[in-house]
Amino acid sequence: MQKYSALSLVRHALSGHKNWRPAWHKASPKEGYDAIVIGGGGHGLATAYYLAKQHNIEKVAVLERGWIGGGNTGRNTTAVRSNYFWPESVALYDLSLRLYEGLSRELNFNVMLSQRGMLIAAHTPMQMEICNRIANAMQLNGVDGELMTAEQAEKVVPLVNQSAGARYKCMGGIWQGRAGVARHDAVAWGYARAASSLGVDIIENCEVLNLIIEGGAVTGVETNLGTLKTERIGIAAAGATPGLVQQVGCDLPIHTYALQAFVSEPVKPCLDTVLLYLGTGTYLSQSDKGEMVIGGGLDRVPTHGQRGNLPAQETVLSGMLEMFPAFGQLKLLRQWAGVVDVVPDSSPVIGPVGPEGLFINCGWGTGGFKAIPAGGYLLAHLLATGDHHEISRPFDLDRFTKGRLIDEAAGSGIAH
Amino acid sequence: MSGWRHNSLGSEIDRSDELSFTFDGQSFTGFEGDTVASALLASGTKIFGRSFKYHRPRGLWGKGAEEPNAILDVKLGSVHAPNQRATTTFLQDGMDVYSVNAAPDAKHDRFGFMDRFHRFIPAGFYYKTFMALNWMSYEPSIRRMAGLGKVEPAFEPPADAAHVDMNCDLLVIGAGPAGLSAAKAATHSGRKVLLIDDAPSPGGSLRWRGGEIDGQPWLDYVEHVCALVRDAGGQVLSDTTLWGAFDHGMFAAWERRQDRPDRHLRIRANDVVLAAGAIERPLWFANNDVPGVMSVEAAMYHLNCHGAVAGKKILIATANDLAYPAATAFANAGVEVTLVDSRADAPRTEDGIEQIKGEMLKSAIGSPTVTGATIGGRELSCDTILCSGGYTPSVHIWCQAGGKLDWDENRDVLVPRPGTCSLKVVGAANGEFGLAQSLRSGHLSFGRDDEAPVSDILPPSDQMPVRPDPSLAGRQWIDMQNDVTLKDVGIAAREGYKSVEHLKRYTTLGMATDQGRTSNFAGLAAMAAVTGKSIAETGTTTYRPPFEPVPLAVIAGRRRGELFNPLKRLSLESLHQKAGARFREYGGWLRPSVYGVGDEQALTQDEARCARETVGIFDASPLGKLEIVGPKAAELLDFCGYIKMSSLKPGRARYGFMLSESGIVYDDGVVLCLENERFIVSASSSHVDGVRFRLEDARQDRFSRDGVAIHDVTQGLATLTVTGPMSRELLSASGIREPDLAHMDVAETEFNDQLLRIARISFTGDRSYELSVPVRTAGELHARLADGLKKLGGCWLGLEAVMILRAEKGYILVGKDTDGNTMPHDLGWKGPREKRKDEYLGKRSLFNTEAESENRRQLVGLQVGDGETPLVAGSHVIPKNRKRQSMGFVTSSYFSPSMNRPIALALVESGLSRIGEKLACFNDNEVREVTVVSPCAFDPQGERLNG
Amino acid sequence: MQLFRCPFCGLRNETEFLFAVEAGHPRPEPAESVSDEEWARYLYLHKAPKGHAREIWLHVTCGEYFVLDRNTITREVLSSEALPGIET
Repeated sequence: MQKYSALSLVRHALSGHKNWRPAWHKASPKEGYDAIVIGGGGHGLATAYYLAKQHNIEKVAVLERGWIGGGNTGRNTTAVRSNYFWPESVALYDLSLRLYEGLSRELNFNVMLSQRGMLIAAHTPMQMEICNRIANAMQLNGVDGELMTAEQAEKVVPLVNQSAGARYKCMGGIWQGRAGVARHDAVAWGYARAASSLGVDIIENCEVLNLIIEGGAVTGVETNLGTLKTERIGIAAAGATPGLVQQVGCDLPIHTYALQAFVSEPVKPCLDTVLLYLGTGTYLSQSDKGEMVIGGGLDRVPTHGQRGNLPAQETVLSGMLEMFPAFGQLKLLRQWAGVVDVVPDSSPVIGPVGPEGLFINCGWGTGGFKAIPAGGYLLAHLLATGDHHEISRPFDLDRFTKGRLIDEAAGSGIAH
Repeated sequence: MSGWRHNSLGSEIDRSDELSFTFDGQSFTGFEGDTVASALLASGTKIFGRSFKYHRPRGLWGKGAEEPNAILDVKLGSVHAPNQRATTTFLQDGMDVYSVNAAPDAKHDRFGFMDRFHRFIPAGFYYKTFMALNWMSYEPSIRRMAGLGKVEPAFEPPADAAHVDMNCDLLVIGAGPAGLSAAKAATHSGRKVLLIDDAPSPGGSLRWRGGEIDGQPWLDYVEHVCALVRDAGGQVLSDTTLWGAFDHGMFAAWERRQDRPDRHLRIRANDVVLAAGAIERPLWFANNDVPGVMSVEAAMYHLNCHGAVAGKKILIATANDLAYPAATAFANAGVEVTLVDSRADAPRTEDGIEQIKGEMLKSAIGSPTVTGATIGGRELSCDTILCSGGYTPSVHIWCQAGGKLDWDENRDVLVPRPGTCSLKVVGAANGEFGLAQSLRSGHLSFGRDDEAPVSDILPPSDQMPVRPDPSLAGRQWIDMQNDVTLKDVGIAAREGYKSVEHLKRYTTLGMATDQGRTSNFAGLAAMAAVTGKSIAETGTTTYRPPFEPVPLAVIAGRRRGELFNPLKRLSLESLHQKAGARFREYGGWLRPSVYGVGDEQALTQDEARCARETVGIFDASPLGKLEIVGPKAAELLDFCGYIKMSSLKPGRARYGFMLSESGIVYDDGVVLCLENERFIVSASSSHVDGVRFRLEDARQDRFSRDGVAIHDVTQGLATLTVTGPMSRELLSASGIREPDLAHMDVAETEFNDQLLRIARISFTGDRSYELSVPVRTAGELHARLADGLKKLGGCWLGLEAVMILRAEKGYILVGKDTDGNTMPHDLGWKGPREKRKDEYLGKRSLFNTEAESENRRQLVGLQVGDGETPLVAGSHVIPKNRKRQSMGFVTSSYFSPSMNRPIALALVESGLSRIGEKLACFNDNEVREVTVVSPCAFDPQGERLNG
Repeated sequence: MQLFRCPFCGLRNETEFLFAVEAGHPRPEPAESVSDEEWARYLYLHKAPKGHAREIWLHVTCGEYFVLDRNTITREVLSSEALPGIET
């Protein structure tokens, strides 16, 4: 792997940038692998990286039907945070945040983690009570979280709407200083480059057609590029996961919806934090480039199409302007949608499913980006050991049978 | 200074109306009808701004939304608009416009030195460095450098854009030659047309290219077609940008109106014709970004529409015929013109115009603005270079609507693949260039071949495909705003970011505010050139709305302030107001929180105390009232509820729960049995719809529809609840006859000849009467009770006081004192779970592993030591003297005036078996000792309730 | 904005509808004879089909549940009909 640094940039500049090598090797499929990861998004690439790095399993292939990072990894609003209520969630998302904190140096690829802090803003005394519930839960779980007053909130988000006509005034909320944003594409590329340098085959334009099962165990996958043998398969394919595991007779507790994101034209810095407004359901941050990155609720009709719909756009954007009337000066530059896999309790599904050797990591819904390092770390653990890491155990499919759901909205009244 | 104003050209300006404005603090003048771009161009301004990364000087390139360089902040009076394209901003007197991303101004930008370090900051450099320290240590200075215009914090644009739903027979997008002839032919065949164009007047390229159609001047033709459309009942909308195609044939458009708010149009059409035209491609040569390099089409537009002439000595570089009329036009305007055509067999220019054939432009010369160009080995001097690298059809809306594209090698364009989308695409948008072809293609969408309009302008001959040339020395700009050069594309290719999406993301190519209009094709062509692949193999990025940046305020519309999630209002709101109520939102309703002036907490305490000592009244109208009628009514209620209701006798009421199928308490409330087969289900104010739909679900799925009907009567009735030891006296003092009711009795009687339903049910633990009357008599009921209240020394109760009263009694609020895991047995209601044999909602879930668990969180009370302050709601309960770990949390906490001590409700692990146990409470790192007690602190024997 | 046809009210905007459940999930009863697995399957497991889907939707405006056949990728609506045995 070519080392990236200021020095290497200068050296390459002096040779006219002619000597840069591919960030990841464009592999073609080999006959067999120790493990195959289906899905070349952040979770899949991270899984391959940790398999090689943590478990020394290097004969690994990542199969991506399009181009890597092209699904929800490259379609989200890039927030990373661990402001959750249930201890299980906090453990999961804080593992992720901690891995993010060292990621740029670990991967030698700047993922631009910007821990600029996040405020979940409340508008009624009742919401403030619930925010307090979460802030205390975070503190008890050893994560930085505090209740913020209206005055403190106005200081971190100076343009927020506190006018007499505001539908939702900000009474304060939960503040997590370690939360922030990261560069989404860089996370995918960084993991891909690091995994590739450890010997992982990253195979793009490779679509899995069938999982091959013999004697109750996986023995390979059939793809458009041929059949690949393996005894361990990890699926990290978000909305495509149900279709894959239905081939082996398993249904999942997943519905798929379109989730839209919006970007305004870039302006000079005027919003330094990530903000989620409980009243409007809209959240936003300002990117390093100066664009407002805006998100909100799901489109209301379940779908597999990566297209956003107008009603949700109107709702999200009116919510954004209700929060920040001055941003009515801005224009919408881009808009896109990802297909998100939503589980009834809005927590992910990580664990074995169906035949021996098959593991899934899906159901991240609207919040998968922040969990990429943890999702990869835990799926790699499952693939390598065949058993759960203690952090992923509560997220096993069996929680639906037992009735032990991990429902943030239910525990705190605040959805992901 | 090279641009100037022609003394007669300029069909769209009014020279009698001179307007003053400033640019970067310097004063300028222009005319009514000018854009900021044309006024500045005519004044000789060349540098309009700076590029994003290298802060290179940037001049005017285009004529519309595709403009990548001339991006300005515009102030007019109190109105501030950042990032406006100079080309689409019409000049107004007194405007102050400022260049963006430059300090102090575009001419003298102190970050201009960045360009000298360009080779150290190529595409994606930031992924490779800034890792020694935390990214946050570099980020603030990088952020300050980025961004274009500035948001003015003090200016809040009004939320005044109306959302308008429109239906039409035929939507024609684009009123250029193709759109006009399509509209005309369609009108002739009996269609009603909605003709939309984003320019201030229809005509498209006719406005600057001119020409005769069917023997009449173009303007007459335009007016003729518009009149035909209108006469046939259609509509012509100018200044309207169609920016998005959505599901099921929905199109969104942004309509700009003079002196009136913009509008957001949501259009549905039976058929759609797309005649969006094409966008001119730049040419690629070294320093093709220097101010003075401009699009041919744009220069012609500024010349003919505004009389703004780009230069005095103009070099036109092209490889197609469509640039030739420009050469003639500029020569006629008195400009010294040289035309360079890379085709060896190029047609001849008109006399007096110097022509160079078979040669390519190698580089632009000049800094900061153009002074010449290199062609072959020669240098030519000029002050302006106009380029035309061909045209890219505007297929955005086609693709947004699901259409696919084909690469057409002959025409060198991506064109709509027939049959992949229901839109008809005509004219330049379909790769049919030139006036004659455009007119014909538009016409053929609805008209007969032999009736097609004819023009005097001949179709263009073959153009020569132009591509970025990696072998050329110097830097060739692919994306002018975002500073992406051909070398950057080369780096991306070498590093494996070859997929067009990777290329876009890695280099930011095409992600500028022009949305790639000037750069996307160049990017594709460049990637194809450096990888040696064809354009068809390289592919395109996805086209998504918006077609052009649209103000957020237009999409958001008027849904702001009180129109955003509008609050539900009480019919008695004004009377409460008169009684001194302060209002707050509770579950979507605006309700009195407290009455009177002064400290809210003290007033609340007074109200609660008064209600316990004498009597109080609160408005309970938001409480849902669902009437369930029919022979199967009781059976439906039994299935939908946790507590059986079929044994309820007429005139009696019973408290119950509705569970979700996962066994969780969804709502609680009282069911009244008015008579046999007629019940009222009271639902929490925020759950009325949810409860109704769950009842409907069961009714439609399990019962015959003749057996039972559900009717939501919440809106028709107002409910005032009288509570306190003197509640009965209040009724008689108010002249309301009370049938002798026991606790949980209900009766229907009359008040003012209207229905009065009296239910003796209590949410406070004191004798209470819920009085429900039709809304129209509620005012009278309010007046009578208010009189009585005065006589007895009672008071009105805000919701805050009611909260205290119910918490003293241990009555829960679902969603506050329960969470999404709370099952009825966690609240102490075990009976039905243990005894009911029949099916009911959620039953099976009450017996899964988790439901049977020993350490479920159960509702309890918490008591603190004497003299201590109340616990903070949201505090967590933790073990005493053991590892801090949440065992639950405080859901409600108040100071109880009746008990004269704090009270609290909490959900605590195995709470019911811990009564008497000492635990701790954690809030923001402070820990207090608490004792687990019964949730009911007030009148545990229920003497006041039944007495 | 998608358009769905309520069998009782006609074509309406998607904002008037709520997705309820995939069709063909009969409620397993009686509770006493239903296993944890069977109940969890009823409550939580779906097909989330890519392409043709048959679903139960609620028209919020009129309160009627009905069966909608549609394509989840193209979003084409194939048919809408009242629940079995109900006349419109």
